[in-house]
Amino acid sequence: MKIGTAKHSYQADEALLTTRPQRLWMGLFALGLCIAPFMLDNYWLYLACLVAINVASATGLNILTGYTGLVSLGQAAFMAVGAYTVGWMQLRLGTPFLLNIVAGGIVAAAVGLLVGLPSLRVKGLYLAIATIAASIILHFVFVNWQSVTNGNSGLTLTPATFLGTPLTDYKQLYFVFVPITALMVLGAANLFRTRVGRAFIAIRDRDISAEVLGISLLRYKLTSFAISSFYAGVAGGMWAYFFRVVTPESFPFVYSIFFLAAIIVGGMGTILGAILGAVFMTLVPELLRFGIDWLTPVLPNAAAMLSPVRTIVFGLLIVGFLIFEPKGLAEIVQRTRRYFHLWPFKK
Amino acid sequence: MTGALDSGATGAARLEVEDLSLSFGGLKALRGVSFSAEPGSITALIGPNGAGKTSMFNCISGFYKPQKGSVRFDGRDVTRMHPPERAALGFARTFQNIALFRGMTVLDNIKLGRHAHMKTGLLQALAYWGPAQREEMELRAEVERRIIDFLEIDHIRNMPVAALSYGLQKRVELARALAMRPRILLLDEPVAGMNREETEDMARFILDVKEEWGTTILMVEHDMGMVMDISDHVVVLNFGEVIARGLPHEVQADPHVTEAYLGSGDPAALMARLKGETGTTGNSGAPTDDRREDVA
Repeated sequence: MKIGTAKHSYQADEALLTTRPQRLWMGLFALGLCIAPFMLDNYWLYLACLVAINVASATGLNILTGYTGLVSLGQAAFMAVGAYTVGWMQLRLGTPFLLNIVAGGIVAAAVGLLVGLPSLRVKGLYLAIATIAASIILHFVFVNWQSVTNGNSGLTLTPATFLGTPLTDYKQLYFVFVPITALMVLGAANLFRTRVGRAFIAIRDRDISAEVLGISLLRYKLTSFAISSFYAGVAGGMWAYFFRVVTPESFPFVYSIFFLAAIIVGGMGTILGAILGAVFMTLVPELLRFGIDWLTPVLPNAAAMLSPVRTIVFGLLIVGFLIFEPKGLAEIVQRTRRYFHLWPFKK
Repeated sequence: MTGALDSGATGAARLEVEDLSLSFGGLKALRGVSFSAEPGSITALIGPNGAGKTSMFNCISGFYKPQKGSVRFDGRDVTRMHPPERAALGFARTFQNIALFRGMTVLDNIKLGRHAHMKTGLLQALAYWGPAQREEMELRAEVERRIIDFLEIDHIRNMPVAALSYGLQKRVELARALAMRPRILLLDEPVAGMNREETEDMARFILDVKEEWGTTILMVEHDMGMVMDISDHVVVLNFGEVIARGLPHEVQADPHVTEAYLGSGDPAALMARLKGETGTTGNSGAPTDDRREDVA
């Protein structure tokens, strides 16, 4: 049991960060995020931007699947909706960057509401299949709605302009993406301090008693879908400005599975889980590639021989997590924290 | 109390059930049941297994739609209302098999009870801004002062529900129901599966709720000792019909009640009734006994 954590107000007791070490670590982390772009080379900045995008989308999926218990395999399709919206607005209307991103989120949320309708009747695997069906329909729309999506050749974007500067290199994009993602994560954390977030968890845990408490399943399931796809849409918008080409193949179905795997590996139903999961899923394949690069001097043929092994190792890592740490990376962090609550007095 | 109730009314409500009938296919679970729960009193609904008590509860809380009859809440017909609307009116219930949200802490479970009376919208929630934060803080203060202290669960407020003992879980469920600002409290077997001490605690809390909150309480319970001790009024159901009602000691003395629980001791009467039962309902588990006798 931890002592010395007494609070004088309920407000302090319900803050997001309640202890001094927590605040300290968070401060250090924020500082690290600020100075990182000056220390990293272009390749790592590229990865950092990609991580920011994936964290935003995974956080959205976590609200829907981790917290509300509605399994969705449509996250990539919602991202595509956001990306196409941003691309179309950028090319046809020339509206400013931030407006486009928000619009991307809103259009994706509207589509998410529609896709979420079956969730009122079906759950679990059945809902997952329904969202897959929705992704396929959306893909069809992207390919065939020539006038807006430009079919298979897709949209090619000009660089985003923010405060008069075109965002062309990764460092500039980093300084825009990371704050957007941070705001979105903060929003998600806030959500679960209020009645809306509690209603989501109630629906996940026991939907019948949620109804007795006055929680409208219709309203909250759809709200959850809308928020989740809003997050995906914003992430997709960032994606569009990042790669600057949006085609129907930019957001393959595998990408949806990527996000589901990310929240499972990270820890479903925790804010930290979505972040850790997205970081893990984005960076680990890269780290494994570095491992192979280091082996090259010793084993001249390492790249050719070990590339398939890399995929296998990545797969094994995920399976390992499911078996040995079913609550995900977030649980490891919690356990470490608990250990240090008593350290060094506990044997 | 802070804030106003959605229905605009406060205080204990009167619940009237009139001529309620419910059937599942050919099975008649309730047949023209009428009774009422008076404001600020404890009414117990008892009866042998399969008598229709839980069906009755599910009709009152809106899970089942009765084919006939009505449920009135302070004179207002609520028979066709959905559970969330009833919650906003002031219906609160606990479940026979605990229905807490296992992934949440005790505090969050209790706070959920207030859901229907809160106003924070989605955007405010994402920003945790002015009104949203104020509402949360008011709720927290009230939950702490009026519920957590009252039910003596302050030591477990931050524990996950799944880690608690059965008796404590039942108490947290009562706490959550109280957070709903109930005008009528429906307790489905509040002491089922509890030991003597836990039962006594729960009985005391129910009496305290009646006295301090003045809430109308309707409970289904099998523990006759507790029912007789704390109820103001007892309604006995058997085979979906009210067979007796009145003060606890009156009901206890009623020969129909003894017969329902223990049988009349007259085999001929039992056989006659079983024939009637199979003719009209094809229900009651009793024919199985009949067959068993044949085999024996």
